[in-house]
Order: sequence, then C-alpha cells, then structure tokens
Amino acid sequence: MSKLIVSVSPHIKDSTRTSSIMRDVLIALSPALIASFLIFGWRSLLVTAVCVLFSVGSEWVFEKITNRPNTISDLSAAVTGVLLAFNLPVGIPLWQAAIGSIVAVVMVKQLFGGIGQNFANPAITARIVMLLAFTQTMTKWVIPDAVSGATTLVILKGESTEALPSLLHMFLGIRGGCLGETCGLALLLGGAYLLIRKVISWRTPVAFIGTVFILTLLLGKQPLYQMMSGGLLLGAIFMATDYSTTPNTNRGRVIFGIGCGLITVLIRVWGNYPEGVSFSILLMNILTPYIQKHTLPKPLGGVSA
Amino acid sequence: MVAKTLHGVHVPHRKNTEENSPIRMPIPSKICLPLSMHIGKPATPVVKVGDEVKVGQLIAEANGVMSAPIYSGISGKVTKIEDVLLFSGQKVGAVFIESDGKQTVSESIEPPTITNYAEFVEAVRRSGVVGLGGAGFPTAMKLNVKDLSSVEAVIVNGAECEPYITSDTRTMLDHPDLVAEGVALLQKYLGAKRVIIAIEDNKPQCIRNFRETFKGDSGVEVTALPAMYPQGGEKVLIYHTTGRIVPEGKLPLDAGAIVINCSTLATIANYVKTGIPYYEKCVTVDGSAVKNPCNVIVPIGTPLKDVFEFCGGFRAEPRKVLYGGPMMGVSVPDLDQPILKNTNALLAFAEGDAEPPTETSCIHCGRCIAHCPMKLAPVEIERAYRMNKTEELETLKVNLCMECGCCAYVCPANRHLVQVNKLSKARLRIWQEAEKLAKEAKK
Repeated sequence: MSKLIVSVSPHIKDSTRTSSIMRDVLIALSPALIASFLIFGWRSLLVTAVCVLFSVGSEWVFEKITNRPNTISDLSAAVTGVLLAFNLPVGIPLWQAAIGSIVAVVMVKQLFGGIGQNFANPAITARIVMLLAFTQTMTKWVIPDAVSGATTLVILKGESTEALPSLLHMFLGIRGGCLGETCGLALLLGGAYLLIRKVISWRTPVAFIGTVFILTLLLGKQPLYQMMSGGLLLGAIFMATDYSTTPNTNRGRVIFGIGCGLITVLIRVWGNYPEGVSFSILLMNILTPYIQKHTLPKPLGGVSA
Repeated sequence: MVAKTLHGVHVPHRKNTEENSPIRMPIPSKICLPLSMHIGKPATPVVKVGDEVKVGQLIAEANGVMSAPIYSGISGKVTKIEDVLLFSGQKVGAVFIESDGKQTVSESIEPPTITNYAEFVEAVRRSGVVGLGGAGFPTAMKLNVKDLSSVEAVIVNGAECEPYITSDTRTMLDHPDLVAEGVALLQKYLGAKRVIIAIEDNKPQCIRNFRETFKGDSGVEVTALPAMYPQGGEKVLIYHTTGRIVPEGKLPLDAGAIVINCSTLATIANYVKTGIPYYEKCVTVDGSAVKNPCNVIVPIGTPLKDVFEFCGGFRAEPRKVLYGGPMMGVSVPDLDQPILKNTNALLAFAEGDAEPPTETSCIHCGRCIAHCPMKLAPVEIERAYRMNKTEELETLKVNLCMECGCCAYVCPANRHLVQVNKLSKARLRIWQEAEKLAKEAKK
C-alpha cells in the first residue's frame, strides 16, 4: 500500500475557484458585449478580441520570460482584456488597443507580482494611460444614428449644444460613449448575475451609484442622466468591485463606493475632464489598504491589547 | 433571543450512517493505549509487562488534576510498555495489551457512591472520560467549578455539525435515557438551573425526542439550531444559545457557561449507574474508500486497520485517513494507529478526495473574512505572517482562531489558511514569551 497523505484540515473544499469566479465575470460581461455589437457593429467585437488576445498573450509571454507559473487559465487576463475594450471608443486604432492591453497586464498587474498583488485596477489604469497618450483617438466618439460626436456628459457639462438623448435611449445604450459602457440594461443584467452568484457585494455599486445620484440631485445636475452616462454603471458594477484593488470588508466597500461617487461628481461637475469614473476608482484604489485596515471587523471576544 | 448569528459555511452533511445503530465489533487481538489521549499530563501506568488484565481494569492513573485515567477494554496480558509516535508527532508512552479472547470482566467495577458535588466530580474523574467533541479536555476538570453560582447555563452539545459523523446522533437516538440521566446529574450536583440541549435542525428526530422527554421540566430547553458549520464550536454554541461571548484567553465559564458533549454526558451517566468506566466508544466509519460505512462500538486502543476490516475493508485504496470529520479532523500517517478516547469518526478517502488542492495566488476576494465565525481576517493574518509582522498577529487576534476551517473551505485560491493560523499562533507564543522575558530583564 502506498503511503497515506497527511495534510492540514479542512479536507474538503467548496467548488469556487479563481477561474470559476472569473468565468462568472465573463458571463456577466457578455450581455454588454452583445449590446455593444448591436449598437456599434462588428468593430466592437474586433476591438474586444484584440484586447483579450493581447492581454492573455502578454501575460503568457511575461510569465514565460520571468519563469513564473502560467496563470492564463485563471481567466483573469481575459477579464482585464474585455474590461479594457469596454472602456475604449469603438473607433480606436487596433494597435493602440493592443498597447493598452500590454500596459494593463504587464505594467499594472504582472510587474506588481501578478494576480491579487496589483494595487491599481489594470483596465482602468491602462485606459487612463491611453487617454493621456492617445488623447485624440480616445475621445473621438461614434454616436449611433447621429450626426456628430459629443457624449452625454459633454452635453450635460454645457460644452456642446446638442440635444440630450432620451432616457430610454440612454438606458438601452444608444448614445455616444465607450463601446461597453453605454447599455445600462445589459450592465445591470450582468450585475444581477454577479450578485446572484455571490461574486460581488451589492455594497460598492449601490454606494457608488447612490452617491452620484444624491450629489447630482442636490446640485441640480440631471441625476438620472448622470447615473446612466459615462462609465458609471460599468465602473461601479465591474471595476469598483475588483477584488485585489478594493477593500474586502463590508464597511470598507461602502466607504470605497461613497469615495468613488464623490470624486466622480467632483470631476464631472467642476473638473476639466467630462468623465471622472476611471480617475475616481484609481484614486480610491490607492486608499484601499488604509480603508481595509480601519474597517476590519472586531473579532468576537477580542480584548484590545 | 439572540439578535445576530455568527457566520459560518454550509457544508455537505453526508450523514450516511445516521440510520445505522452502532454494531459492536469483535474483540481485537491486541490494543494499544497511549498514555496521553487528553489535553494535559500523560497518565501514569499501574500495570507491568506480563500482568494479566481484565475488562474495565485500571491501566494508568491520572497524573494530577489535568489528566485522566485509562482503562482496558479487553482482557488479556500486557505485552509491552513503550513509546509510540502519535498522529500529532508527539512521542508518548503506550501500554500494549494482547487479548485472551475471554473478556473477563474486572471485579473492580461497581457503581460509585455519590452524595455530594465533590464526589460527583471525583466520579467523573475516575470514569476516565474526556471531552468527546474533539479536543479531549479532561471532563472532570471542566466540571470542577470553584463557585457553582457562576454557572448560569450548562449546554449539552448535540450539534454534531461536522459532515459524515453520526456517533453523537446515535447516542441521542439509542441512549436518550442516559443523556436524560446525565442532565439530572448536572441538575442535582452542579445545581444547574438552566440546561440547554442544543441540536442542529438536521436531526429532527433527536429534537422531538428530547422535547418530549423534558416536556414538564422548565429547567431544560431543547434548542434547534440551524444546520450551519461550525454550530458545535464551543464559542459559537454559547453565543447562539445564550448570547454570551467568551472573552479572549478565557474559558466558557467566564461567560457563565459549561459546554458538555452529549456522548460525554451519556458516558458519565453510564459510569454513575453501572460503574463501567470509559473503555469503549462509538465511532462513525465512513468516507469514499470505505466499503460499508457504519457506526461501530470499539474498545479504545483498537488499531484502525481492524476497524476498517470490520467495516468490509476498502472499496478503493485509501489515500487519506482521518480521525474526526473532514473540516477539523487530523490525518493519520498509518493504519496501525489506535482509536483514541476522543475519536468520534474514522474516515478514509480514496484517490480524488484525498489530495489537498494546489494553492494559487490570493485574489483578496474577502470570502475568508465574510465566513469567519470569530470575525477574524485570515487574509490579513496570512499577510502579517508572511511579512513576519508578529506584533500585528496579536492585534489581528489570531489566538481567537478555533481552526474550524471555514476560511480555507471557501477560499477560491485554496490557500492553506488554517495551517498559517496554526503557525501564526505558535510564532506569536514564542514572540510573547520573548517579550515577557525582555520586560522582566529590564526591571
């Protein structure tokens, strides 16, 4: 008889794995991808494919070069690719999308130690890098069935005299914007799926979107439009809930969401950029370790040392 | 009564043997009685090699109060007394007895005379019983209370929240009379005004039976707890039944509670009634490698391989064998190990169920925090441990960890969180001792 295995308890495990969580995120992102195809056409799929290909590819190459265990099967690089694509205008040159993907996976994620170790959200940071590096193409919007190219937020800010799209069009995503962020319906469907599968907590998105809603309501800035424009829903549901870069305590998640909402409104209303979701999440990413440290639950029966 | 419930996990029940009344297995040809089957000092042997012993005869006596005597479950001859290596890595003396097949009962067996509390505690000590829920804490020590008025509630633990194990369930179904007599003893000698029998709601028959038994007794409550692991954990059980929190580094008694396992209580009642000491026990034998899962009554000290053999042997080659349940059980190195006093289950797993899953990077999902019944943050403890921040381990309260395994059970990255917590506690202990010495040196 061969030797018995001796290991530390517990000896059973539930079925959740990193890859199953990432698979759930990909499933949750798929309605928005379909919506994007319907709204913006084939090119949205092409951009997404390029981003996924280069995200996964650069992770594979980086880990090969640095002699680290291969992690592409955990699907996290694929999620990063899809999320980055969703944050790009549909007309982005493909080589720029490819560079963005490499920045996301290599610079923001792998150089900090790979999955779970990065402190900033890869897709968001890459988007900001691209916004600074390729400003012109990153702000050239294609408006479905429309004549010119101003996003809702630009109109809301009074920098364009175009008429606002109807709220229904906003909800369905027929408006200017990045390819995956426009269809509120699809994003909410994905969010509901993630909540049901217990992949994300409701706290961050509710605190984030709620803060934006209340503040813009108080400031008289069309709260319903604010909720559905820009990357708010995409950011609140899919990026402010990223595990590694946000607090994982319940109170911390609420604080993180409120902080994101506050910064978003500050930038949207008073800042130079029309959109502030990416910046707000990145700034709150930096604060995450502190929020985490101060919101840890009080251990049962713990006496202060 | 209690506003909030603690977190935990929903584990598969797999109570395959709950319908099986325990079967007494044939007497093993030899047994091995390690002198340390409890927390505390090893017992001192009172027999010599070559001695003839009988069933129920004292083999080793308690060495001080934090110890427990050991009795033989078979009659025969002491063949050797030598050190054995226990599953814990601890080397301890053990008495080996070879059966003569006669099972002659010792004439020393007679019911103890008990007239007061002190005699009751003494009887519990002499019975040799230790906490059967898991830890093996000498029960007499637990029942030896300085100030009886501080005991506000005695909780009889029938939660049995670990998967597979049904030995407590069988005790409650097959010997409700003994449990009831045990409750009466607690009421009589401890003056327990409030006795709570706590059972998980996946054992409705047990709950119904006891509600019927204690219908007229206002001092006994039968509480049905939601089936959630680790409902039977001492601190969890106290919180869910009385709302009390056991402070760090303190005993349940400091929260006014005594928790006693239902099988422990039945064993005590049996000793008080008949004088038969604790030398055999009911063990659940199950797991994917076992041919006929069942409950077996075995003499303590029986080699594991004899027990498996009695259960029809293996349907597949066992790759991992556990003392206890899959959440907190300890894996044993070989099948020559004996059944111990606190072995409530014996599980054998075949290929596929035995290998620990490969660790991947922590993704900081926070599931370990969300499921910890003690509200600890295993992800932070692991970070502090790996970064050698021993002081932080103290503020993170790693010592409160009861090693229930909820964190590791839900971890999508298969992190070995329980192992890290165990190591963290050990490291913290060394650090605290060093700090204490340094402080004293300064004075």
